[in-house]
This record gives sequence, structure tokens and C-alpha cells, in this order.
Amino acid sequence: MEYILIFIAAVFVNNVVLAQFLGICPFLGVSKKVSTAAGMGAAVTFVLTIATLVTFLIQKYVLDAYGLGYMQTIAFILVIAALVQLMEIVLKKVSPALYQALGVFLPLITTNCCVLGVAILVIQKDYNLLQAIVYAASTAIGFALALIIFAGIREQLEMTRLPKGLKGIPIALITAGLLAMAFMGFSGIV
Amino acid sequence: MAKLKSTLPNMLLSLTIICVCAAGILATVNQQTSGPIALSKAAALENAIKEVTPDFDNSPLAEAYKAVTSDGDSLLIYPATKGGQSVGVAVESFTMNGFSGEIRVIVGFDADGKLLNYSVLQHAETPGLGSKMQEWFRTDKNKQSVIGRSLADGNLSVTKDGGNVDAITASTITSRAFLQTINRAYSAYRGTDAATGATSATTDATTEATEATETTEEGGENE
Amino acid sequence: MNNKVKILTNGILRENPIFVLLLGMCPTLGTTSSAINGLGMGLATTFVLICTNTVISALKNLIPDQVRIPAYIVVIATFVTVLQMCMEAYVPSLYASLGIFIPLIVVNCVILGRAEAFAAKKSVFSSTLDGIGMGLGFTLALTLLGAIRELLGTGKLFSFTLVPEEYGALIFVLAPGAFIALGYLIALVNKIRKV
Repeated sequence: MEYILIFIAAVFVNNVVLAQFLGICPFLGVSKKVSTAAGMGAAVTFVLTIATLVTFLIQKYVLDAYGLGYMQTIAFILVIAALVQLMEIVLKKVSPALYQALGVFLPLITTNCCVLGVAILVIQKDYNLLQAIVYAASTAIGFALALIIFAGIREQLEMTRLPKGLKGIPIALITAGLLAMAFMGFSGIV
Repeated sequence: MAKLKSTLPNMLLSLTIICVCAAGILATVNQQTSGPIALSKAAALENAIKEVTPDFDNSPLAEAYKAVTSDGDSLLIYPATKGGQSVGVAVESFTMNGFSGEIRVIVGFDADGKLLNYSVLQHAETPGLGSKMQEWFRTDKNKQSVIGRSLADGNLSVTKDGGNVDAITASTITSRAFLQTINRAYSAYRGTDAATGATSATTDATTEATEATETTEEGGENE
Repeated sequence: MNNKVKILTNGILRENPIFVLLLGMCPTLGTTSSAINGLGMGLATTFVLICTNTVISALKNLIPDQVRIPAYIVVIATFVTVLQMCMEAYVPSLYASLGIFIPLIVVNCVILGRAEAFAAKKSVFSSTLDGIGMGLGFTLALTLLGAIRELLGTGKLFSFTLVPEEYGALIFVLAPGAFIALGYLIALVNKIRKV
């Protein structure tokens, strides 16, 4: 039950993009087509879950154990960067098909702030290992969900006539605002 | 100076040097700031205690002890004394039932269980709605204010639930959660008081307090 | 000399990181629920931008090309952590209200972007100026957005009440308002720039 609550809270109520403002860059950057949005969503889900697992273990067994809490930011970002590189190499060797699908998105994920953000949030919320993984996976699913819905709307938006100044990013942001308003309807259910 | 070539020794050397320098800088800054960080945290808590209790001359932080609430959580209690006489306590209370999770409040009571003051330490409630609780429950308008209410007369609850505190407009859940933190604070405080101010509550004292709160809730009778 | 002034003003107007380059959107949306928070976040980012631009420009010849990204990340993360600790020690209330967005300055695209696009190529002094310019541009944008949201949402400006709170449209302080306000602001800047 507890894990279901974490899941619903992370996917709908505190949606990582629309309520916590993490990962806005890819949200605006790769949401022009549903297919690329789905690819990015899958890649983020993959990286975010593994990265959170690794950073969680590092925090518990290296940083906390040796009183190096102040190295948190620097350690996490290096681990995430290294992990993304490693995953790219492993994927290329093990599953070329998956690499074909996700490869182009992987380098972009290092600077996706939702990865580092979730790694730090999990420590701040004092989750245990299983809760941390459920939270990370749910957050990533929430990210993918928001991204895919948003991409669907933007595909339609391409065909509408707009005032010049609003074209592109401005109207995308306003649409995201309306979507965020819809997601606000979920608040309070957990 | 020419740019270093990307050979393996060069890469290793330059990254190692940068990392060592970074670690050194961080360790130094950490040493410099860990003192002030601890101080500012303690000062913030002490200010909150000062805000909710009458003048005291002891150090409540050093004399803090844990007490158990009627529903089994343990809260920190900071006793305030002046010239050796108890003038009240500050109780650091929390609930997870806020609209968006945890609400932490520090509440001050005098010896008779009258609520002196409160201060919201931490919350994630909706800005402009639930977040009004820091001001709302001290505004002397209709039945909004909880300041000066005596918890010995029974738990506080919102008018919607048959109580006598006006909830924040459009934020009943936050208001319920807020009053819950106060009720819990009082139950922890009473629990210890029943043990005549001993440093920690015995289980017996807590059960007694639980029963006491329950009777007042049901029958509205005083102890 | 004219050239240097140009570098400085470049970031503030012509290549404003938020309105024109569209970099660093997360802190822009996440921390601008009031003008003072926007200002605080802007200044924090400015500090990191100036330091990293200067240091990376000074070290650029000592860092081999293939490992430049990890090296930059280490430098950036170091300054961010220094800032984080100093803020926690000396301005705890601002630290608390900016929350997770302080450590997340590390992944703010503006900083890595400027390191890569400017500091890795230009002289130390120019890089410092670029850091100041970009930082001020960022601060300006965040403060402006924060002020607009605070005014529309609560009727206050830097915590001074201008309009009674009952007339505020609360939505602007909440998440959707951030997106909508920024969208219209960028549209406005687009319009002005075209003319």
C-alpha cells in the first residue's frame, strides 16, 4: 500500500515536470513528436532508476560512512555522468536494437536535472532502498507521461494559426501551464 | 602555453589534480562553515521557542526531552523555566496528514494547558491557501484564533467537524492537520506532566493521559 | 574597450540566457514564486557563473580536450557546493526557500553552456565579464518573472502589499502560473526584439 501511495504521488500529484519543475529542458526540447518523446521517456526511466540505485548506495556506504556528506553534489553528478557513458557503451554491445532507439537521448540525460534532483530528493526524504527505487521509477514514469501527453498536444498545435510572437516556445509554455493546471486536480488524493 | 594533448597520462593527471584540488577546497570550506551552520540551526530553533513561550532564563535546547503522544509517536519537548520555576513548554509537533504531506509546528503551552503561541516550522501546503496557517490561527476574528485556548477543555477541531475553530477558507484538510499537530503536542506534554515533570514519560503516564484525552473528547468533562 | 562592454551587455540583452537562449528553465520556473526568491536564485547562479567561467578559462590549456566535460563538471560542482554550504551557514532562510534548486545549479545548462561556448575559447578577463553579463541577465529575468508572479498572485511586490490580497489570482504563484507567465513574457520579448 505504501508503495502504491509513493507511486501515485510521484506520477500524478507531485509530477516531476508539472509540479516540481525538474527536467524542463528535455520537456520543451524533445516534445515536438510523440515518437521521440516516447524514446526520451523510456531512456530517462532507465537511467533514472539505475542512477538512483547507485547514488543511494554511494550515499549510504561511502559518503555517510566516512562523514563526507558535503561531497554529495560532486559525487552524485560524477556518478551520473559516468553511469550514462557506461550505459551507452554497454547498450551498444549488448542490445544494438535498444541502443538504436535510445542512443541519441542518452548524452542529453546527464544534464537533465531530474536525475540529480531525484537522487538528492531520495536522500532528503530519508527513504529506504526499496522506497527509493519505487520513487525513482514512478518519478520517471511521471516524466514520460507528461512528456508524451505534451508531445501529443504540440503535434496538434503545429497546425494552428498563431500570432508571430507566440509561435514556438511561448505557446508551448502556456500549453504546459494548462496541462499543469489539469494535473493540479490530482492534488490532495494522497 | 600550448594546450595539453589528449594522451592517457595527461588526461589522468589533469583530472586527478582537479579532483584533488576540488576535494581540498570543499574540505576546507566544510570545516569553516559547519560551525556556523550548526549555530544558525540552533538559533532558529531557539528563536522559535522564544516566540511561543514566556520569558525564560534556562536553555530549553539543552533540557529537551522526548515524550510519547497518545497515538504512540514521540515528540521533543523544550521546558522553559525562569528562576527555577516552570513558565511553560514548547513542543515540537508534526503530522503527515497535511494536504501535501508533512507539517511541523512548534507550540507553546503554559502550566494549565493554555495555548500561548505557535509557529509553523515547515510545511509544503498550497501557497496562498493552506500556507496561511501561520497567520490565520492567530487572527482574532470570529473563531479563527487558537491563541489562549485551553487544551485541558478538550481537543481542538474545526467547526465542520463539530469543533469550535474556524478552518482556513478552502483549506479544511490543512486546518484539520494543523489542529492535529496541536492536539498531539498537548497529549505529549500532558503525558509527561502526569509523571510530575520527570525527564521522560513512563508508559503508565502516557496511558493515563490517553484515557484522559479520550474522556474529554467524548463527554466534554474535565479531568 | 568597446569590445569588453559588448561582452558584458551581450548576456543582459542580446543573448539573455532565459528570454533568448532559453537555457536554465528549471530554476527559472521553480524558484520564482516571489521576486525576492528569483533575485536570490539569480545571484546564486551569477556567483557560480563568474567563478566557473574564470577558473575554466584559466585552466583551459591544462585540460585535455577529451576529458574537458568531466573536468568542467567537477569545477562547477565544487563551486556549487561551496555556495551551498555558505548559504546554509549565513542565509539559512533563503537557503530553505530555494531548497533543492541550489545543488541543481550544477546541471543548469547556462553554466556548462557558457563554459563550453565561451570560457573554453576566450581570455580570462573576457570570460569573467561574460560570466557577470550572463549572470546579470539571468538574475534580471528571474527577478522580473518573480515580481510579475508575486504581483499578480498575491498583490505584493518584494513583500510590500500594493493591491489587497483578495484581488490576487492565486494561480500565478502556483505551478501553472509559472509556465503561463514565462510563456507570455517570452512572447513579449520576441515581439520587442522583432520591432
